[in-house]
Amino acid sequence: MSDLINVSSSPHVKSKVNTSNLMLMVVIALLPATIFGVINFGLHALLIVVVSVIAAVATEWLYNKGMKKTQTIGDYSAVVTGLLLALNMPPAIALWIPALGSVFAILVVKQLFGGLGQNFMNPALAGRCFLMISFAGKMTDFTLPAGASSKVVVDAVTAATPLANLKAGESVDVMSMFVGNIQGTIGETSVIAILIGAAFLLFMKVIDLRIPLTYIGSFTVFAAIYSAATGGFDINYVAAHLCGGGLMLGAWFMATDYVTTPITKKGQLVYGCILGIVTAVFRIFGGSAEGVSYAIIFCNLLIPLIERATIPTALGKGGQKA
Amino acid sequence: MQKNTPAERLYNGIIAENPTFSLMLGMCPTLAVTTSGINGIGMGLTTTVILTASNMLISILRKVIPDKVRVPAFIVVVASFVTIVQFLLEGFIPSLNAALGIYIPLIVVNCIILGRAESYASKNKVIPSIFDGIGMGLGFTLSITILGLIREFIGAGTLFNVNILGKVGYEPVSIFILAPGAFLVLAFMAAFQNKFKVGAAKRGIDPSNPSCGEGCASCGNIICKGRSGK
Repeated sequence: MSDLINVSSSPHVKSKVNTSNLMLMVVIALLPATIFGVINFGLHALLIVVVSVIAAVATEWLYNKGMKKTQTIGDYSAVVTGLLLALNMPPAIALWIPALGSVFAILVVKQLFGGLGQNFMNPALAGRCFLMISFAGKMTDFTLPAGASSKVVVDAVTAATPLANLKAGESVDVMSMFVGNIQGTIGETSVIAILIGAAFLLFMKVIDLRIPLTYIGSFTVFAAIYSAATGGFDINYVAAHLCGGGLMLGAWFMATDYVTTPITKKGQLVYGCILGIVTAVFRIFGGSAEGVSYAIIFCNLLIPLIERATIPTALGKGGQKA
Repeated sequence: MQKNTPAERLYNGIIAENPTFSLMLGMCPTLAVTTSGINGIGMGLTTTVILTASNMLISILRKVIPDKVRVPAFIVVVASFVTIVQFLLEGFIPSLNAALGIYIPLIVVNCIILGRAESYASKNKVIPSIFDGIGMGLGFTLSITILGLIREFIGAGTLFNVNILGKVGYEPVSIFILAPGAFLVLAFMAAFQNKFKVGAAKRGIDPSNPSCGEGCASCGNIICKGRSGK
């Protein structure tokens, strides 16, 4: 049949972009961080990634099968969830923990709320927080697995992340934090690898700068003010906070999740600013060194309010009320 | 089943209008103290005693209490019983009293007790009111004990403080004995019982509780026919 006589209702111009190739691009963008993590922490890290992804996809497949719903594993969103969760795992953790987290993320947070597009918070982060609350000790144990060929010198055996050192008031090496030769979860250590992935996503127009920049920006401002207010401004302190922990991974890959961000442009700016401030408050004043995960899922819950406050006025509806 | 007989009241309280899963009443103690099976039973039985006694007294006094001040009057009755029970607990089971803490005095404002006083005891005779209290109390006890046991089993690997899963190297998922676990388990239990009720409705069994003669506003039975009629 020729295109000319193909009569159909609108829309007539269709984009090639769909959920599955968007999600594939996110997976590709996460590869640098994943590969760096595997090189940095050894084969066990790769196993964690594989187990986590398989658990996420299998859960989605089984749920759809069991509930007689349309099979949705083809949109790769479960792969992204599993991968993000794995990148948030300490490198030596027992394999059943990421598997359990994936099951919780997909089953409870995503599918029970209606599947992709209906989840009220980021599934991967909700899964991570579930694990953090349940197995606090194991989830913050950053000791390297035995026998891992360690690229990380000297500090490899200590269990503290640079952020924990920073909180304890010790000095940290910002340059190695930027490159990624530090302790941390599998995917969060290397700022360079994350930025390469983020640049790819920006280039492919999967994400835009609005949320990451306002997030990182407001976080920087808050950390700088705090630093200035407590005994002199220290650029090293602010830089270490920016490069340390999950801030970069969170800002570029998790705060930009389409489902759990405001739809209005103004709302996205507000969302990013709140994220930055909440993260800084959690990190500086909170009990633990890291606060990105909690900050993001907390702000996910604010989204309906942000959207209601920033909904644009429809043409002709504005102006003075009679 | 004949209405307002003791047996019917017991059935109604435990199954048909289970306060936790059908009426969705008394959520504060349900969520807060069910960290273990023991706590669940303790809270449930305490509530049962107070509910039965207050139902009885309110039913006796139902013609004396003026309509306009009935709620303060109910609260005075309930608060008296709560005070007595709290002294008894302090004296004889101090460990349970410590575990339940502030939730004992808060039984005064437990919506199951006020709800039964308002919707049943103040309108019915003494004997059915007593059994209504026992039925509702046991229904509450049963639900929160099961809830507590599930949370304790997953969150600590024990049942009634007897170590079960710990022996096989089970790692407790401690979120279940923290606040989020209460919401998760309660939601799953309510979902399963809804699934059961809706399934029963489809098979032609009427789950919409034909014996229900009370206000639909406080009722959690979403598939009740009386509600769609309104």
